[in-house]
Amino acid sequence: MEELKPELVDILVPNKKDRRHLISLLQQVQYKFGYIPKEAMLAIADFLEIPESTVYGIATFYNLFRFTPLGKHPVKVCMGTACHLAGGKLVLEAMARELDIQVGGITSDQEFSLDRVACVGCCALAPVVVVSDSVYPRMTPPKVEEVLVTVKPVSQEQPEKH
Amino acid sequence: MTFEEIQKQAKSNWDSQYHGKAPHILIGTATCGRAAGALPVVEAFSNELAKRNARAKVTEVGCIGLCSFEPLVTIIKPSSFTVCYNNATPQVVPTLVEGYVLGDDPCLDLALGTLDGGDGKAVYIPELSRFEHEYRLLLRNCGYIDPGNINHYIANGGYSSLAMALQMEPDTIVGEIKKSGLRGRGGAGFPTGRKWQQCREASGQTKYIICNADEGDPGAFMDRVVLESDPQQVIEGMVIAAYAVGSHDGFIYIRAEYPLAIERLQVALEQAKNLGLLGDNILGSGFSFDIEIVEGAGAFVSGESTALMYAIEGRRSMPRARPPHSVKAGLWGKPTVLNNVKTYAYVPLILARGADWFSGIGTEGSKGTAAFALAGKMVNTGLAEVAMGTTLHELIFDIGGGIRSGKKFKAVQIGGPSGGCLPESMLRTAVDFDSLRKAGAIMGSGGVIAMDEDNCMVDTAKFFLDFIQKESCGKCSTCRIGSKQMLDMLEDITVGKGKIEDIDWLVEVGQDISGGSLCGLGRTAPNPALTTIRYFRDEYEAHILEKRCPALVCKELIAYYILPEKCERACEHCVLSCPVKAITTNEKGIKVIDQSKCTKCGSCQLVCPPEYNAVIRLSPPSLVPVSGAKTQE
Repeated sequence: MEELKPELVDILVPNKKDRRHLISLLQQVQYKFGYIPKEAMLAIADFLEIPESTVYGIATFYNLFRFTPLGKHPVKVCMGTACHLAGGKLVLEAMARELDIQVGGITSDQEFSLDRVACVGCCALAPVVVVSDSVYPRMTPPKVEEVLVTVKPVSQEQPEKH
Repeated sequence: MTFEEIQKQAKSNWDSQYHGKAPHILIGTATCGRAAGALPVVEAFSNELAKRNARAKVTEVGCIGLCSFEPLVTIIKPSSFTVCYNNATPQVVPTLVEGYVLGDDPCLDLALGTLDGGDGKAVYIPELSRFEHEYRLLLRNCGYIDPGNINHYIANGGYSSLAMALQMEPDTIVGEIKKSGLRGRGGAGFPTGRKWQQCREASGQTKYIICNADEGDPGAFMDRVVLESDPQQVIEGMVIAAYAVGSHDGFIYIRAEYPLAIERLQVALEQAKNLGLLGDNILGSGFSFDIEIVEGAGAFVSGESTALMYAIEGRRSMPRARPPHSVKAGLWGKPTVLNNVKTYAYVPLILARGADWFSGIGTEGSKGTAAFALAGKMVNTGLAEVAMGTTLHELIFDIGGGIRSGKKFKAVQIGGPSGGCLPESMLRTAVDFDSLRKAGAIMGSGGVIAMDEDNCMVDTAKFFLDFIQKESCGKCSTCRIGSKQMLDMLEDITVGKGKIEDIDWLVEVGQDISGGSLCGLGRTAPNPALTTIRYFRDEYEAHILEKRCPALVCKELIAYYILPEKCERACEHCVLSCPVKAITTNEKGIKVIDQSKCTKCGSCQLVCPPEYNAVIRLSPPSLVPVSGAKTQE
């Protein structure tokens, strides 16, 4: 086994080698890295002594897990029922157009990633968009640009290279 | 500490805060309050109070269910009345501090109304007409007590049922729950007492108690509000259940999408443990029970009981065939009781007030109350709790305040993706397990979404099918393939490629899915399509035969058009808002949409000033006058 990232070791070591913790380990990896890197899945399989395919199978079964990095400002457009009825799809399309990425994608400067979520439980404020941890209520396509500018002012120079 | 001592300590803590000498400010900071901007209001109060050197306590509370009035601030003042301020902002905070915290002016012009006493002129909130129709049991403390302080719950009667239960025979408790007629609030409505009895009678030393807080229905948030606002009632219910069936290990399976609920539950569990109400040797009775939180990983099907147990075991949450039932062989093959958040929350109340009291509320087959999340086009979105048997009409019009912006009610979607859409003619339907099922919907998790004339029923059916198709675990081919087939047909209809025989096909495939799927998700998956066909067949026919979307929603079947006679020539709003530069100014100075470029995003209609209101939608697109459409397709 190749050298593991220290963060990964920190996640694995305190846990018992019990199959039961598989989902929780994947969650901890995702909280730490923002996504599930391939090497983390291999390390978890090795640690729990279960087939790599099982880890991959679980990780891809649940919607929570993603396999590409998140942007610095993750954008989540709610696609719950109330948001859909209030025009959430138009907001999602406007967001994709404005950021010039598809759902699941990330902008070339790594600033924004775009995802759709099932329901954030703020139905009374529909349609909503969540950027980082802030909820933006009653969205419309023309408000999309406004929100993005609030999050990352355009006057700002391109951020330092990652 | 004995329970009496715990109660005494809780009472003095409560009295010092709620009946103390200093003013007490309550701010609702549940998720919806936060989304509406409650946290900056909390900060503004702290800063202002510090600046003015004012003696007052700020407490973050949960949600009283009036989401459209968030952020809500309540000021309790000794020797004066309690005032509740709606839609508070940091800007009004100095006025409130100056006026009511320090002074004697209750600032009633900024208030929603008064809660305790009043000046006779301002609205007295408990007398708002919506509360005449409500019956609050689960929500009784929500928005009033501090969810992060167990003393508040205990001071309001909390944990006295547990103290009493520990002196009772487990069989007596099960008997009480059976007698109360309580049915599971997760959707299926299985009698709770019977479930407990079966698990109690199951053989084996190890038994598990699980609380299902995987509220996956997009459009329902009652469980979240209960957990964020009054989590101790759920924990108390679980401990009583554990004692009744003889379990020592419990799990709360909760969506990872509810971080605040998870945080408040963690605090609540720790506080209960510190007081000896959870953990080893509860209240010195010799009975031990502990609860662990397991975070979900985002799968709608995890809400199904057998699937949820697999998720806790770290496996794919795919439902399995029953029998054996979970009460005999559930989590890790051991007897398990799994109930919904709300089901557990009723338990302490039933023991405290008696099974006869509970069974006196509601209808013949459905006892007690039901909590609903009101969303969609209603005026008063938020939470409501009503006695079972209340009609949908009362729920939507008397409590929900009817449809916003003077639009016409079209349908109500109840029960989430497994539920159905009911039309106006069905509004006399009572909300209870059996009446709703007869109407083609289900009680489900309690999401109630009102739709108006601007919502397309075919599009709504497509939305739910899309959800189900993505969330189908794939185990049963009828659900896996059938939902895809139904979705494809609905897609065709919404883009104008549908055939009239598709409607009957949808019904047939829907019935096959219902009959051939293992779990509740699959069996109810076709409901949104089947009910919209049953009640709104004319809309399907308009899409198919006339290529027309009556609600002007389905993109392929509509066109945006600028009325030349209404277009104010000097205004450029639409031109600037168009992301694809499809709008140009013609030789007369009037704006014209190039239909071949238009992506139908709707921005021009949103930005057109209301006094002009020149942008309209037409369906079918062929209605656009030729001069206004440079090219068609």
